[in-house]
Amino acid sequence: MADNNNSYWKANIALIVKCLSIWFVVSYLFGIVLVDVLNTVKMGGYKLGFWFAQQGSIYTFVILVFYYAKSMGKIDKEFGVDEK
Amino acid sequence: MDLQTLTFLFVGATFALYIGIAFWARAGSTKEFYVAGGGVHPVANGMATAADWMSAASFISMAGLIAFYGYGGSVFLMGWTGGYVLLAMLLAPYLRKHGAFTVPEFISDRYYSKTARVVAVICLIIASVTYVIGQMKGIGVAFSRFLEVDYETGLVSGMVIVAFYAVMGGMKGITYTQIAQYVIMIIAYTIPAIFISFMLTGNPIPQLGLGSAMADGTYLLDKLDQVVTQLGFAEYTTQARLSATNMFVYTLSLMIGTAGLPHVIMRFFTVSSVKAARESAGWALVFIALLYTTAPAVAAMARLNLMTTIDQPTAEQNLAYADRPSWFKNWETTGLLKFEDKNNDGLISYTGDKKTNEMVKVDRDIMVLANPEIAGLPNWVIAIVAAGGLAAALSTAAGLLLAIASSISHDLLKGVWRPNITEKEELRYSRISMIGAILIAGYYGFNPPDFAAGTVALAFGLAASSIFPALMMGIFSKKMNKEGAIAGMLSGIGVTLIYVFYHKGIMFMSGTIFWEISPNWFLGIEPNAFGAIGAVVNFAVAFFVMSRTAKVPAEVEQMVENIRVPASN
Repeated sequence: MADNNNSYWKANIALIVKCLSIWFVVSYLFGIVLVDVLNTVKMGGYKLGFWFAQQGSIYTFVILVFYYAKSMGKIDKEFGVDEK
Repeated sequence: MDLQTLTFLFVGATFALYIGIAFWARAGSTKEFYVAGGGVHPVANGMATAADWMSAASFISMAGLIAFYGYGGSVFLMGWTGGYVLLAMLLAPYLRKHGAFTVPEFISDRYYSKTARVVAVICLIIASVTYVIGQMKGIGVAFSRFLEVDYETGLVSGMVIVAFYAVMGGMKGITYTQIAQYVIMIIAYTIPAIFISFMLTGNPIPQLGLGSAMADGTYLLDKLDQVVTQLGFAEYTTQARLSATNMFVYTLSLMIGTAGLPHVIMRFFTVSSVKAARESAGWALVFIALLYTTAPAVAAMARLNLMTTIDQPTAEQNLAYADRPSWFKNWETTGLLKFEDKNNDGLISYTGDKKTNEMVKVDRDIMVLANPEIAGLPNWVIAIVAAGGLAAALSTAAGLLLAIASSISHDLLKGVWRPNITEKEELRYSRISMIGAILIAGYYGFNPPDFAAGTVALAFGLAASSIFPALMMGIFSKKMNKEGAIAGMLSGIGVTLIYVFYHKGIMFMSGTIFWEISPNWFLGIEPNAFGAIGAVVNFAVAFFVMSRTAKVPAEVEQMVENIRVPASN
C-alpha cells in the first residue's frame, strides 16, 4: 500500500510541475519578463505582451485548473485511491 | 424616474433579497455556521467563492487602478487569478481531505502544537483585518455616492449594515446569499461594459472590444496611448509598475496570498469530497475570470471617456467648469473629486503635469462607479452598478468577518483556552468578535492607508508570508516540524510587517516611522508587493530551524501520507 501511495504522489507531483511550468510561462515570462519583446507583435489592437498580461494568462489559468482536476481524477482511479 | 429613486429601488430590492436568504438559511449549529454543513455543490460553491473573493477591491477599485496604472495594473489581474492555480493544486484538495473547520485547526493538527495554532490565528487575524480595512474604504466610497453624502457619513452607514448582516448569518446564510450576490455583481459589472464597448468600438464583447478599432479606424488602445501621452501621462499599454522586478514580485505576492487567505481556503472545507474541491476551484476561477477579463476593458474605456470628456484637442476648447456634467458635481459632494482653477480661465485642464493639472483629486476608487455616468448610460444601468458595488463589498466583508470570528471563538477559545464552552457560547463569542473586527476596520476606514485595492494587496502580502508557506510545507514536506513552522510563520510575517510599517507608519498611523530609509529600498520593491519576499524568508527560516530541532513524530508523518490520497485504502 505504501508503495502504491508513493507512486501516486509522484504522479501527482509530476502533473503539478507540468501545470505550474505553463502557469509560470504565460504570466511571469510572457506577461512581465518578455513583455517588450512580445509587444512588437500585434494581435488586432492588442500588443501581444499586453494581451498576455491582461487577458491571455487568465484564460490559461482557467484551462489549467480544469485540466488538473480532470487528470487527477484519472490518476486517482488508476491507483485505486478515488473516493467511492 | 430620477437616478436617486432608481438607485434606492435597486439597492433596496437586492438587500431585501440577501436578508431574506440569510434569514431562510440561518445557521442552527456550529457546523452549519462555519462550513455550511459540508455539502455544497462544486458549481454553487465556486460561485459563492467568487463572490466572497471579489470584493470592493475587485469590483470598485481594481479597474480604477488599472485605468491609471495601465499595463502596470496587470499585477492585480494576474495575481488575483493565478493564485487559484496554486490553491487548486497545492492546498485545497489535501485540506479538504483532512477535514478541519478552520485553517489554524489544520495547522494545530499537522504541527501537533497549540502554540502553532495561536501563531496561525495571530497571522490570520492580522491579514484578515487589513483586508477588511480595504473593504471599508470601498464601502465608504459606494455608500457616500449612493446616499449622496460625504465619504465619512457613507462609511458609518456601511459599517452598520455590514455588522447587522454578517452577525446574523454565519457560513450557511453567507454561502447562499453570496450566490445571489455573485449574480448581481456580474450583471452590474458587465452591462455597462457591454454598452460602452459597443458605443466605442461597435463590438459588444468587452474582451474583444478592447482589441478593436474605433469608428475612425484607429485601434482603441492606440488611441488611448495617443491621448494620454499628448497630455503628459505615461503611455497606457507599456507603463510598468515601478520596474519589471517589482511587477514580478508583486504578482507572485498576490498569487501566493490568494492561496493563503483563510476566508478563501475555508470555502473548500464546505464541499463534499476531494474531487469536488479540485473542481470547485476551477468553477470559482471561471466566475472570477468573467469579471477579471472584463476589467481591463472597463479600465481602458473609462480612462478614454474621462480624458475625452474633459480635454479637447486644444486647451481653449476644454470643458468649462460651469458646464460640468452632473456626475462631476455628485462626486464633488463626496469629496473624492476636486477641481482647482489654477489659471482662472474657468476651463478644466487635466494633464500629467502637476503644475498645470487642475483635477487636483481624482480618487481612483470612484472610476468604476462613475464610469457609466461619464459614458452617459441610462439611469437604470447606473443604479445596477451601485447595487453591484455594495454586493461586492458586503459579501467579502461578511466572509472575512466570519474567518476572523471563527478563528477567535473556535481556535482560540474552544481550541486553546476554554475547551469546555458550549456551542451556544461559541456562537455568541464569534458574533462578539465580528463586532470588534468591524469597529477596528471602521476606524482605519477613516484614515485608509491606500486605495481599496492597495490596502487589500497588503493583506495578501501578509497572508503570503505567513499562512501559505506553513500550509504548503505541512502537505509537501513530511519532515517539517512544529519548531520550523512556528519560526517560519513568525519571521515571514515579521519581516513583511516591518517593511510595510517602514513605508506606511506603525499600524498605518502616519508620522510614526522610526527611522528614515529611502522608499522601496529593497530591490525597488514597494511594500504592497513584499509578501513574496516574506514567504521566501518563511521557507528559509523554517527549513533551517527544522534541521536543528527534534524530528516529527511518526503518527504525524502517517497523517501527512493520509491527506495526500483522496481515499484511505
